[in-house]
Amino acid sequence: MPSDQPSHVLAALASPRYLISEWPWRALLSVLTALPVIGVAALLLSPVTLPWAGWLVQLAEGGMHTAPLVVVSGLATAVLAMFGTLLAAPFAALERRRLGIVDPRPVDRAPRAGSVGSWFAARYAAPAAWRELLFLVLLATVAPLAYATLAFAVFTVGILIISPLLVVKDGKDLAGVANAITLGPWQITTPAQAIPYVLLGLVLLPPLAYLTGLLAAGHAATARVLLGGGGQAELREVARSRTRLVDAFDAERRRIERDLHDGAQHRLTSMTLQLGVARLDLPDDSPAAAALDRAHAEAKDLMVLLRDLVHGISPQTLADLGLPAALRDLATRSPLDVTVSVEPGVADRYPSRVENTAYFAASEALGNVAKHAGAASAAVRLARHGDTLVVEVRDEGRGGADPARGTGLTGLADRVAAVGGRLLLSSPAGGPTLVRVELPCLP
Amino acid sequence: MPAVTRVVLAEDGVLLREGLAGVLQRFEFAVVAAVGDAAALVDAVAAEDPDLVITDIRMPPSFTDEGLRAALALRATDPGRAVVVLSQYVQAEYAARLLDSGDGRRVGYLLKDRVVDIADFVGALRTVVGGGTVIDPDVVRRLLRHRSDPVAALSPREREVLALVAEGHSNAAIARRLTVTEAAVGKHVGNILAKLGLPPTDDTNRRVLAVLAYLRSNPEGQR
Repeated sequence: MPSDQPSHVLAALASPRYLISEWPWRALLSVLTALPVIGVAALLLSPVTLPWAGWLVQLAEGGMHTAPLVVVSGLATAVLAMFGTLLAAPFAALERRRLGIVDPRPVDRAPRAGSVGSWFAARYAAPAAWRELLFLVLLATVAPLAYATLAFAVFTVGILIISPLLVVKDGKDLAGVANAITLGPWQITTPAQAIPYVLLGLVLLPPLAYLTGLLAAGHAATARVLLGGGGQAELREVARSRTRLVDAFDAERRRIERDLHDGAQHRLTSMTLQLGVARLDLPDDSPAAAALDRAHAEAKDLMVLLRDLVHGISPQTLADLGLPAALRDLATRSPLDVTVSVEPGVADRYPSRVENTAYFAASEALGNVAKHAGAASAAVRLARHGDTLVVEVRDEGRGGADPARGTGLTGLADRVAAVGGRLLLSSPAGGPTLVRVELPCLP
Repeated sequence: MPAVTRVVLAEDGVLLREGLAGVLQRFEFAVVAAVGDAAALVDAVAAEDPDLVITDIRMPPSFTDEGLRAALALRATDPGRAVVVLSQYVQAEYAARLLDSGDGRRVGYLLKDRVVDIADFVGALRTVVGGGTVIDPDVVRRLLRHRSDPVAALSPREREVLALVAEGHSNAAIARRLTVTEAAVGKHVGNILAKLGLPPTDDTNRRVLAVLAYLRSNPEGQR
């Protein structure tokens, strides 16, 4: 880390500069915004928590079991088990956002479900949904107690600090009513008597700031454990950084392509044109004409060479027209008879790393077919299943492709993995060979 | 053909734009406006009403197909407007959209690299101004590749002739290229049209359009 600034409130609490940092204020904001959330959670879950609380109280007082209370508690719990995960979702979403106040480190969210149906299914099947419910129960039970403790401490310290104002004059307030504050064994009747208590209150402010920080940190840590992806966050961060690297690499290749195109290619075309113009002025039988013809021909060859080079760096058709058009273009460049089918639902454009990887995969796979498969034709299929873009290259060749034998498949698999996708290969001896690449295609 | 063909030229690369303007001025073309983007092209055509429009396809701001879209818009308002587009790469779909504008005559689709072959390029421009259609040989070659329909049944020589027909050459021009007699070419062409089920005609351009339509209706790779 380039900076030794604490990244979240728990780390800040350990720092000697906690009190003069922004963190106590962030903790305060977090605690204040937690109050309405806890209030609503406690209210919503009160039909479940109150019967249980009553039952516990009875148990503590003398073990008198009131049957209806037990039945109500059980029923309420059953209802909570049935619908609680649905109720927990908005709380979880809100709490993940609130977590940022005291802990801005990324929280990985549960993967988004594609449809309403799969969302409901996930609310019951996914462990994450049940962890969210547990968090909601804690919000409605433990959190009120913890926050009430803090509130009591704040109230006490507050009373201490404003005590001179409460005892206005000689034990009488402005209306002349006798007024005194009793603090344990001590009683204050004049503002002067209150001064030590004010000092005590002021001295207690820093511990109060720590207490606030601690509560906010506890709340945040619980939220992170229960609402995060169970330790996957760092893995995902690694994956994200790898994706950023791929993006940077793609951007760089496009820059080189653009530079070559706008600079070298353009000038070369212009120069070749000038050579052609110069040739117009020469009679066919002059010695210079033959030399100029050769120069013109070489310049044209160089144009082709440079065009192919630029295409290899970053295909213009891909950058300009998108994947379906670029794959069709790729098919016409192949020595094989290649059919390209694009299924409905496939968009023209995807994020450039997806387009580049898909194109590279198809290009690599077709190259392999031409080199190794002994097939005369191949079929490329582009489809989309939900958030996944699928590229398939199939040939009826001799099969037996083995990634271990270095047919470029390993490099392809690495490249596909770098953008979070996967490569599947089916190539029994005797064929056919199917290379299937699945890429997550959300931006 | 008029004594002077008035041309509006659109190309975003300054060097190439000036180079092209220089080439055109040496022939019977007068470049009345040379612009760098599609919007300026449309304005210049409105102001100058030229005999021929030559435009690059890939131009600012998005560097995709704004030149083509401008060309199609010009053809939509005036279907007889002679337009030649220069393409960075072979895109059969671009050629198809151009052929579908108006009656498919007075249009040209050429790879940008073609301009360095000055004689061929100028010849293509003359064909388009004269009411013909010019499609880049590379496009035709791609349309002809990997076919298993009647085109595959043509002899190699017939395929060669078919490609030249699709590119817009007359029987005489094809005969010169293949160094055979015009009568031989006429026989080949008759055979080809018969095998493909196309109506026999001596009108070069009607023949070009029929062949291109045929090739496009059976895209490569379909079986």
